[in-house]
Amino acid sequence: MRRVYCDANATTPLAPEVLEAMRPYLMDEFGNASSIHFEGQRARKAVDRARETLAGFFHCREAEVVFNSGGTEGDNTAIFGLVRAGDHLITTAIEHSAVLRAAERVAERGAEVTFVAPRANGLINPEEVRRALRPTTRLISVMLANNETGVLEPVEEIGRIAAEAGAFFHIDAVQGAGKVEFDVRRFGCHLCSISAHKMHGPKGVGAIYVRRGTPLEPLIVGGSHERRQRAGTENVPGIVGLGKAVELAMESLADGSVERIERLRDQLEAGVLRIAGTGVNGAGAPRVANTTNIRFEQVEGEALVIALDLKGVAVSGGSACHSGSTEPSHVLMAMGLDKNAARASLRFSLLRTATEEDVEHVLRVVPEAVKHLRALAPV
Amino acid sequence: MTEHTTIAVAMSGGVDSSTAAAILAHSGVSVVGLTLHLWDQTRLAGKHGIPDAPKAGRCCSLDDVHDARRVAEDLGIPYYVVNQEERFERDVVRPFVDEYLAGRTPIPCSLCNNHLKFDQLLKTARSIGAERIATGHYAVNEYDERRGRWILKRPKDLAKDQTYFLFGLTQEQLSRTLFPLGHMTKPEVREAARQHGLRLAEKPDSQEICFIPGGDYKQFLTAYLEEQGEPMPKTAGELVASNGEVIGRHEGISNFTVGQRKGLGVASPSPLYVLNIDPESHRVTVGADAELATRTLRARRLNWISIAELKAPMRVRAKIRHRHEPAWATLAPAGADECVATFDEPQRAVTPGQSAVFYDGDEVVGGGGIA
Repeated sequence: MRRVYCDANATTPLAPEVLEAMRPYLMDEFGNASSIHFEGQRARKAVDRARETLAGFFHCREAEVVFNSGGTEGDNTAIFGLVRAGDHLITTAIEHSAVLRAAERVAERGAEVTFVAPRANGLINPEEVRRALRPTTRLISVMLANNETGVLEPVEEIGRIAAEAGAFFHIDAVQGAGKVEFDVRRFGCHLCSISAHKMHGPKGVGAIYVRRGTPLEPLIVGGSHERRQRAGTENVPGIVGLGKAVELAMESLADGSVERIERLRDQLEAGVLRIAGTGVNGAGAPRVANTTNIRFEQVEGEALVIALDLKGVAVSGGSACHSGSTEPSHVLMAMGLDKNAARASLRFSLLRTATEEDVEHVLRVVPEAVKHLRALAPV
Repeated sequence: MTEHTTIAVAMSGGVDSSTAAAILAHSGVSVVGLTLHLWDQTRLAGKHGIPDAPKAGRCCSLDDVHDARRVAEDLGIPYYVVNQEERFERDVVRPFVDEYLAGRTPIPCSLCNNHLKFDQLLKTARSIGAERIATGHYAVNEYDERRGRWILKRPKDLAKDQTYFLFGLTQEQLSRTLFPLGHMTKPEVREAARQHGLRLAEKPDSQEICFIPGGDYKQFLTAYLEEQGEPMPKTAGELVASNGEVIGRHEGISNFTVGQRKGLGVASPSPLYVLNIDPESHRVTVGADAELATRTLRARRLNWISIAELKAPMRVRAKIRHRHEPAWATLAPAGADECVATFDEPQRAVTPGQSAVFYDGDEVVGGGGIA
């Protein structure tokens, strides 16, 4: 059966170039990047080259790039590394659980936390962030792009607000990185987390930009790796893969790939919206090019996800990190959808390699599946 | 994959449903595994004496989902976890709590079978393109041309007979359900599990109510009501002897079930048993074992399987609790959706809230809730 994978925001396959770049470092070039000898030096060189690529991507100094295990670690590092008892943290109600759970934990430990709600279209109003400020506000953490809706948040304005208030600013850029123009100087952030596997890199590796002078306490201690910011033997093949994935992502931003994906996404969205009783969550807000979140009235989203899977179309209801949980998407609920509407919503997120044929296949399968479900059991 | 050949198997992570899935998968039909996630085992953990870590072997523990998933992986079938916590709470847990608070002794498994395992599962199955479901229950169902009805029968392994919990199935549900283990004994099932290479062939059977780890329903009632922010209803009252004499007081009617001997809190030269619980006056009547025997029971909210309706008296054997040996009785209609069973021999501890299920030989005639 033909399978069309429309869940790129959950994860992506390795690009062939990424695998090729990593391959030597899995076997022949096995050295420990912290070792003195030739083997170690060759590994170090590979890590340094990747760091150079990442610095170009973030628009920062090489010393400001810290490699880690991915988005969750980056988000946790930012929050646990800065927020102490008595401090105030501002974040939003639509963050990834890596931010939300960390925020709840610092709250349990005596910090104050404000969760700013989005507008109905999923956009955070920077003025709401400003209103939440307190003299004790230590950190503001806002995502660049929402993983469920693809909505791009106004991080530049929030960055200016943070600067005026003298608060640190962390951006969870896991879903935005590689999909939009990227510059931490323009964003005005002190910290910025990214993950390789969301952009055709390997799983288990990511990076966090840490602006020089940011008093970030490391989450993981041990050896003196990553300038004592993150202990643990460097994941050399992973870091090399991340470097290559970032390089490819930067190329795709320049060569029209993003525009191509946006056209396919718009085509998919328009096709699905021809089904009666559908609507886009996050409509009207700026969004990343590959994502659309669509609600199907009178449909149990969970059943539709399974039905589509069995017909060869992989999508998700909300975030993969939440599947099997009781509650409907916290993101959609925060945008004001009721439980039924939130449960009736599906996320389609296209791979960079998506084709016109993929979209046509999806548009053959989805209307039929929705019709079948609606005919069977009104929710 | 066509709609007519796909079968959705309800997989709990136990030996029975896993073996049912294996048998079907190896028979060449297209099989999809589904686990209904019904209850969060961590929800009330640690409260009012409920064990902290959910024990392995409970349905809906992550361990069991893991086991079910591993079986599906080994069989090479698609597998999904479907969240039905809200419906389970509404249709099973809440009625269970309310029944106890009203002085009755409910059977959550029957409610779960009616509402979740069959009604919801069939809905979910059809929505994903499977017209039929299969479960690991020990029961037999077959279509009888002569009567034009689907018949539910006791399984080959009478010790594992689960028909008592299945009497609520409708004709539509029976027509869409397969019980692959109906003609097998438990040892044969374990052997089949071994032959299919299922890693959990030796996993122990689960016995207790799935959402009450540790099995103490009183702890559960207290913890659940507290979580809901509802006060425990004040149902303390008098403990009276069968002659009407007040012999003590009790803390609440939900602590009692008909036939209960322990925990009555009164001293007596001969053993005392709960004979009756009056939800109105909160009066709990106790007496000697012999006084527990009754000759009739009234059943309501009836479901008929082998017959369309009960029009005239009928000879049956009636089963009044899971471990009860069915006893001869005459069944007679008694008003709208109710009937009366008159036993040949008096039966001990007929308990309101439990089910009465009527058998004609191996066939389930039907059943209802004991009033």
